Parts: sequence; C-alpha cells; structure tokens
Amino acid sequence: MSDMMKKRLLGLLAVIAAMCALAWIAMGSMGDNLVYYWSPTELLAADNAKSHTAVVRLGGQVVPGSFHPGEGSGISFDVSDGVNTVHVASTGQPPQMFREGIGVVVEGKYGDDGLFRSDKVMVKHSNEYEAPEEGDEVDFEKTLANGDGSR
Amino acid sequence: MISLLGRGLVLAALFFAGTGCLAGFVAGSRRNQRAWEWARNSAYGFAASMIAANLLMVYALVTHDFSVSYVAEVGALRTPLYFTIVSLWASLNGSILFWGGILGIYTALAVWSLGDRHREYAPWAVHVLMGIAIFFAFLVASIANPFAPVLNPLSDGPGPNPLLQNHWLMAVHPPMLYLGYVGMSVPFSLICAALLAGRLEAGWMVPVRRWMLIPWMFLTVGINLGGWWSYAVLGWGGAWAWDPVENASFLPWLTGTAFLHSAMVLQRTGKLRDWTLVLGMSTFLLTLLGTFMTRSGVFNSVHSFTQSNIGPVFLGFIGVIFTYSVVLLALRSHKLDEEATATDQRIGQRTDGRSGILSREFMILLQNATFTVFTFMVLLGTTFPLLAEALAERRLSVGEPYFDMFALPLGLTLVFLMGVGPALPWGSQAPEAAVKHFIPGLVLGGVLAGIFGALGYTKPMTLLALFLIGFTLYSNLYEFIEPVRARMRARSEGPGVAALKVWSKAHRRFGGHIAHYGVLMAVFSLALTKGYRDETEVVLNTGEVTQFHGFDITFAGGRWTKEEHRDAVMARFEVEGVGAFEPRLNYYAGKMGGNPIYTPAVYTMPTGDLYFSILQLDEPSPGNWTVIVRLIDQPYQTWLWWSAPLMALGTLITLIPARRQNRKPEAA
Repeated sequence: MSDMMKKRLLGLLAVIAAMCALAWIAMGSMGDNLVYYWSPTELLAADNAKSHTAVVRLGGQVVPGSFHPGEGSGISFDVSDGVNTVHVASTGQPPQMFREGIGVVVEGKYGDDGLFRSDKVMVKHSNEYEAPEEGDEVDFEKTLANGDGSR
Repeated sequence: MISLLGRGLVLAALFFAGTGCLAGFVAGSRRNQRAWEWARNSAYGFAASMIAANLLMVYALVTHDFSVSYVAEVGALRTPLYFTIVSLWASLNGSILFWGGILGIYTALAVWSLGDRHREYAPWAVHVLMGIAIFFAFLVASIANPFAPVLNPLSDGPGPNPLLQNHWLMAVHPPMLYLGYVGMSVPFSLICAALLAGRLEAGWMVPVRRWMLIPWMFLTVGINLGGWWSYAVLGWGGAWAWDPVENASFLPWLTGTAFLHSAMVLQRTGKLRDWTLVLGMSTFLLTLLGTFMTRSGVFNSVHSFTQSNIGPVFLGFIGVIFTYSVVLLALRSHKLDEEATATDQRIGQRTDGRSGILSREFMILLQNATFTVFTFMVLLGTTFPLLAEALAERRLSVGEPYFDMFALPLGLTLVFLMGVGPALPWGSQAPEAAVKHFIPGLVLGGVLAGIFGALGYTKPMTLLALFLIGFTLYSNLYEFIEPVRARMRARSEGPGVAALKVWSKAHRRFGGHIAHYGVLMAVFSLALTKGYRDETEVVLNTGEVTQFHGFDITFAGGRWTKEEHRDAVMARFEVEGVGAFEPRLNYYAGKMGGNPIYTPAVYTMPTGDLYFSILQLDEPSPGNWTVIVRLIDQPYQTWLWWSAPLMALGTLITLIPARRQNRKPEAA
C-alpha cells in the first residue's frame, strides 16, 4: 500500500512539474500575443515599450469632422475618449454602420510617429445591444469587449 | 395563469429532484428496494415536470402571453412562428429553463435504459444526477425564473436577438451544444456512482462509455454548426477565432475525446482507471465552466458578471462539483483497487497484462497526454484575461497566434497517433511487423501531399498535414480492407459478402474509424483554408466588373426589400457562367434597431468557396449604387461542414450494441 502511495505521489509530482513547465512556456508565448484593450488616455499613458509593440484594441468615439477617405482604400479619423485623442489610419474598410460620432474599436499598432495604424475597424455591436439615445455617452468598457461588427 | 402553472411545474421538478437525490442515497447505501423505486419514480417525475415546464413556456411564447416575464423579454408579435419557438433559448432565463428540460430528457432516458440491471450502481447514479437537477431546478425556481408574472403586460414585446433570427443555423446550433453540455452530467453521475459504490466492473464501463458517446456526438455537431454559423453570418469568412465562447465548447470536447479512448484501454487492460475517471469528471466540470462563461457575461467584463445573479451562484456550483469530485476520488478510488483483484477476471481479461511501446494502449496513452496538454493550453489562454482583469485590473485578450502556435503541432501529432494507434494490436507488436504495416500508408501520404504540391499548395505545414492525412486514412482503411481480403482468399467469398461479414463482426470498431475519417476531413479543410485563404476588398459602382480567382464578377446594383420581420438591402453580383449572388444587410426592429446584421452569400464548390460579404452599400444617386464588398476565396471550406455528420454517423454506429453471440467486453 505504501509502495502504491509512493508511486502515486511521484506521479502527482511529475504531473505538477509538467504543468508548471507548460505554464511557463505558455505564459512566455502568451506575453507576445496579448491584445490590450485601451482607451486613448490609457494608450498614451502606457509605457512606450509596450504601447509601440503590442497589438492594441483602441476604443473610443469617432471625432465628428475628423473622417477622411484616403487614397485608394484607406481611411483616417480621430478616436477620442473625451480626454485624449489619437489619430487613426486604417487600411480596412469600415462597416456600414460606421459614421462620425459612433463608438468604435480599432485594432492595430501605435507608431512612433503618433499614428495608430489599424487594419480592423469594428463598430460597437453586442449581443444585448441597445441603441444609444441622442447625447448618450459611449460605454467604453462595453464597446471594447463587444466590438465584433466586421472582422 | 401561465406564470402560476409554470412556477408550479418548476417547484414540482425541484421537489422530485430532492426526493430522487435522497431516495437514491438510501437505495444505494442500504440496498433498499422501496427506496430504489422511489428514486426512479422521482427521476421520472423530475423529467416530466421539467419537460412540461418547457412546453408550457413554448406555449406562452407562441400565444404571445406578455404577462409572462420571459415572453415580455424576447417575444414580439411580428416574429415568425419558427423563431418564436426558437426564442426559448434566446436569452438567459429561457436557456437555463431549456438546460433543465434537456436534463429531464437525459434523466428519463438514462434511468429507463439502466432498467433493473446494475443495481449496485444505478441508485447512486440517480442520487448524483438528481443532485445536479436540484441545482438547476433551484435556479429556474429562483433567480432565473422565466415565469415571473408581469403586472402590467404590454401588448407587444421587443422580439428576440436579431442574430438569432438571422439564420436557420441559430435554431440548430444552440440545442445541439446544449444536448452536448447537459448530457455530460450523465457520465459524470455514472462515474460518481462507481466511486460511491466502491467498485468498477467492466459491465459498468459499458453504460459509462455509451453515455459519454451520446453527448460527445452532440457536442461535436454543435461545435461544428457554431463554426458554420460564424462563417455564414458574421461576414469575416472564418469558422473559428479562438474566441472565449468557442473555447468554452472546445474544452469539454477535448477531455471527452480523451476519455472515450482511455476508457477503451481501461476496458481492455484494466489500466488508466483513475485517469479515465478524472477525464470523465473533468469533462462535466468543463461543460459547467462553459455554460458559466457563455451565460454569465463574464467576458464582457469580470466586474459586470455580478450584475446578473446567476454568475456567482454558478461559480459556487462549479466549486461544489469540483470539491465533490476531488474528495470522492481521494476517499473512494482505493476501494476500487480492493475490488480490482476480485474483478480482474472480467476487466482486462483479453491481454496477459504486458504492454509494449508498439501497442494500441501506448498510442492512446500518448494521445491522452497530447489532449491533456491541448486542454491545459486552451484553458490557460481562455481564463488568463479573466484573471488579468480580476487581479490586475488589466483589460486584454489573448490573440489568435498564441492558440495557433500550439494547436498546429498538437493537432498534427493527434492525426499521426490516429494513424498509428488503430493499426497496432493491444499488448505489443514486433517492430518489423509494424514497419511493414505502415509503409503503404506512408506512400499514400506522399502521393496526397505530392498531388496538392503539384496543384500549388506548397507551404511545408500544409504538405505535412496532407501527408499525415494520407497516412492515417490508409492506416484506418487497411484495418477494414485487410480482413475483407483475407476472407475472400480463405473462404472464396465475394467482396460484398466478405465486407458484410467483417463489418458485422466488429461494427463498433469501424464506427470509430468512420469518426476518424470525419476528423481527417476537418483537418484537411483546416490545413488548406488556414494556409491559402485569400481575401480582397473592392469598391464597385453599378455595372462595374471585377476579377477574382478566375471569376468575372459584375455588380448589378442593389435593392431594398421588406419582409415580415425585417428590412433588408442587398447587392446583386452576377458571376459569369455561375449565376447571381445576393449578400445582404438585414435590419431588425427592436433591440438592435438600426444596426445591420451582415448576411454574406457563398458560392460553394467541392474545391472551395467564393464568399461575398458587404461592408458598405449605398445609393448616392437613384439607380446608381456603390458597394464595398469583401471577396474571399476559401479553398476546400465545405469539407469542414461535412466532417461533423461523418463523425456523428461513426458515433451512432458505435452505439449500436454488438450482437449477443459474438459479444466481446468491448469491441470498439
């Protein structure tokens, strides 16, 4: 019986060791593949090493009057959270609902030149969505989590 | 009136679950016949009341009784009948009720099929199953009560979520997934029954494995339909994005698949017993975790999930089941050892107990290890964002590359093992025999990779995948063809007769192989779509033509259409020599009013799909439309959808009992 126990204990230890090793590997590669959900203020406040290398989902409101259809298929606009504003250039076409003033999530990278380059523009579009009333504030938390309008 | 009746039914279900749980305990511990009859009848009572409560809710939905809170939440007069019925699982409270209803169906079928056999185990199984039932009946009776009366009912409601109404797949995908999730409570109960009874005989493993196969089949189909729905509705032209909700359904599938294989080792050799039980119990726990993750809104934000009361209660229940499982295993699994010496004659009678490296059981052991690592990595990537937010106030997600990084090598390892395992015998085999056995498979793999390489699919990973698919395909086919040929030689039977004879001798085993072919189809499709998907976004005005992958596509303009429950604007694309396709944007009134639901159009060929998805569609001047359309070329996409029916067919064949005269302990 005690032999059996020893065997089991050894087995358990081996499993735990293997899981730790796996977790170590997983954490390492996860770190390179994290997508951060940030508002413009958080993006600007984050330390440069991270904000300029990681993939970021930037959430906010499209600033009225900032939208420009660019050359070819690209577009550009400003995203604001009411405090700070980030200039966004996107190669991807925005979905039908896209308009100035609407809550969006753009996925991409923040360049050293202060331009946020994105290839994905998503409009707030959730399961339990309720149309915002005139003058409603955009709920950034929800927008960040649910933006999946068009990938 | 309906509110009152519904509440009555749910309370009756709660009562029956309580008495069933209690009577099951008494019947199990005291071997009491009257208690067993009580337990069984209570289980039937629970099933009947839960199913009746579900039917009553459907009736309330169909008759638009807005005095019932759930109908007021998801019903609408304009919604077509079909989608009104489907609204049963449109929202949280209804889906918990639906969960209970399915639990009722499973309970009735499981108790009925056990009958009066397995008397040492069956009462314990009812005890545990009804314990789970108490929790769900309690949820429906209290915080998730869909039958709450509405004091001043309105004359119309908002209607169900537009995403639910937009595609027929949404009527099939959730119930399939639920049949998979809920059904896992049955094998869990049967496993607990073995531990509570303190014994595990080969005879009890038969219903355990069978009751795992049934929900596993539904889960397989449900996951696949979910991918298809995502492909057909969401407009980005993909089936799988490693989204937390997708992962939630994939996790129990991984452990369930591992269980189905390790259970064979247990039945054959008596090895891997505790491990198999752990896998079975984990599968149920992961389905609970999946329900929790998809239904509590925890992924919108860790902090918002407390807004619904269900989240914390559910989390508590997962904690209870987890603790219960661990304690049960720790306290009772040694009892199985004592019994094992007595039952060794029955469990594992077919080998002399030695297992070499070149044996089927060793390959299943490797397969189990691979599945476990897979589960662990997916679980880590899925729960990490929750931990990061809960502990560090960080909002983030884990990107697809993390998942792809390990899913590719692990997936290919599994395909390889799927080819090696079935070709090896139980026990051990001489290396020379094994090598000889594998050579034709390696050749077929090389041929398959060669053909696709010549067609231009030259990425190394794609070629490796195709090579392994060819190898595994042959290796599984050989297991059927070789005995047929042997019979034809030895008994000079015709190929048809020989095939029938071979089939009927071990149809359960060949059912497993058919499921393997389904997996191969899925891997085949994934290997090619992952590597060779091509997409472009084009701006077109009415009458303009664009070329894409050999197709001449003309934009013929757009039009508005009005349907019973929605408005839609659609663009018409004429593809030369093929026909016209009309992707559309659907607008629903109600909750998401004004937001279009993207509905792509797809031209499906065996060798690939041509996918149209509107990004923007406007009519700047009358009769002159402008469209921004995403065109996607998805090679061999449709093979993925057909993999699930094949896997389900294989499972069904495996479920047909072996005939008495050549009954083996486990033929699959």
